[in-house]
Amino acid sequence: MMEFLEGLDWSPLIISLKTGVVATIVCFFLGLFAARKVIKLSFKAKAVVDGILTLPMVFPPTVAGFILLLIFSRRRPIGIFLDQQLDIQVVHTWLGCILAASVIAFPLMYRNARAAFEQIDANLVYAGRTLGMSEMNIFWRIVVPTAGPGIASGTILTFARAMGEYGATSMLAGNIPGKTGTISQRIAMVIQDGDFATAGFWVVVVLLISFGIIFLVNLVTGSRMKNIKRW
Amino acid sequence: MSISVDIRKKLGDFSLEISFESDSRRIGILGPSGCGKSMTLKSIAGIEKPDSGSIRIDDRVLFSQEQKINLKPQKRRVGYMFQNYALFPTMTVEQNIGAGLGLSDDDRSARVADMVRRFNLQGLEKHLPGQLSGGQQQRVALARIMAYRPDIILLDEPFSALDEHLKERLQHEMMSMLEDYEGQVILVSHSRDEIYRFSDELLIMQDGHMLARGKTTQLFDDPKTVSVARMTGCKNFSDAKWIDDHHIKLSDWGITLELEREIPKEINAVGYRAHAFEPVWGERQKNCLPFRLSGVDELPFERRYYLHPEKGELICWFIQDNERAQLDGKPDPDYLKLREKSIMLLQE
Repeated sequence: MMEFLEGLDWSPLIISLKTGVVATIVCFFLGLFAARKVIKLSFKAKAVVDGILTLPMVFPPTVAGFILLLIFSRRRPIGIFLDQQLDIQVVHTWLGCILAASVIAFPLMYRNARAAFEQIDANLVYAGRTLGMSEMNIFWRIVVPTAGPGIASGTILTFARAMGEYGATSMLAGNIPGKTGTISQRIAMVIQDGDFATAGFWVVVVLLISFGIIFLVNLVTGSRMKNIKRW
Repeated sequence: MSISVDIRKKLGDFSLEISFESDSRRIGILGPSGCGKSMTLKSIAGIEKPDSGSIRIDDRVLFSQEQKINLKPQKRRVGYMFQNYALFPTMTVEQNIGAGLGLSDDDRSARVADMVRRFNLQGLEKHLPGQLSGGQQQRVALARIMAYRPDIILLDEPFSALDEHLKERLQHEMMSMLEDYEGQVILVSHSRDEIYRFSDELLIMQDGHMLARGKTTQLFDDPKTVSVARMTGCKNFSDAKWIDDHHIKLSDWGITLELEREIPKEINAVGYRAHAFEPVWGERQKNCLPFRLSGVDELPFERRYYLHPEKGELICWFIQDNERAQLDGKPDPDYLKLREKSIMLLQE
């Protein structure tokens, strides 16, 4: 056992965690921003914009990966521009991991934040305004804390989804060990080689992390349900 | 200090159209729910935007459709107390009170401490709103507004969220807390007791329009129209026909009144408050209604008689506890007498 662990390449865990953290930070701010904008839209505009923002959650990750690949490929205008003008490469890089994970996980953050915002009593916002608080102040000091549990559970789920992302990542970032090889990709790879021991180990790691995350979500959202009667 | 409001707003089937100007310190707006009174307050505060018109406080224009001015709520210096108080649930009492104060830390804590003292919130500074009673929440809400030093304070049904037994004392408390506030205060309510107690000047609204406006006591004493009288709590109405300068026939009640004062020709209805009748036994006197009992309701501190008129709605006669004691043991009265000064001459 010790030998197995010593011989193990730990890079997939590091890459997955790093990708998860960075993608979560990106999604957190973009998700809050998008949620805040969307709840102000009219009914029809909301249906359209919400549909677009939720799309990455609904269609297969490989499709998302394909579309991202089309956009950022170094043989296409945007990819060429990023590469030559800004020296940014997306395809087959860690940046690609982050981008793929962020796109796939974003709807989770956005939808949870939006649901939490919609629960907020509009009078709280009006009260802040009549007390002279700036819109920024109202958002960060009143709206976000009040929507706290919903936003927290959204953030945790976003992290989980980003960390486990496989389909889009494999299309866009590929599976380069030590660079873009995440846990999910490592599992798929070693199974193809018939190495079930290594696959099993990573599966256990993923199970533990996933359960830990769900447990955390329940802890965070459950605290406000403490006083509700069980039936 | 004077406020002037002249606004129109359409919202689906509902349309609001209200215009008034007042320098009274305490203004009340009375009306049933959905009459547009909250919308009026929200327009003043800048939470709702009227379609047209203008809103001014002294010579400061808050809104003017013509001049294309629509100040943000942040710039209006209008304090608004919400029905549910809208305290920020994740902030402590202290933080709530200081939330709108863009001062240096020292100045802010000094002002907050001052408010905590004035509103009797010592010991609750670190509590969250959820840990406070309804009355304490109300004090925090008012402290938060007063700390901000607005030019005018708007109270939107401030007592409707409270338990019946708390209301009485809190209404009294609120008035004494507002005593040393120099600006104008507008109270919106559907409760005539609250309004009567609070306001010097009264606006009565219905279906988005202003029905009447005047000094509160005057409107209650002489409401002039049936609908206004109804809003001030008058229960009994009869159609009336002018006979001469001192006689008027009440067709619903089947009697003719003889009054000392001169009756204007255009009077076509009469109102009489349920508490103002005087029981008469034996001989019929001037301005008496025959006592044709329909039923009696006993309330904890009141008795309510319902009488058959000649036609139309039952006539209500309410007596308080002390009078009830006097009536017990006696037979039912033969007549109810209408006192001249309580007779309200109205127009439909």
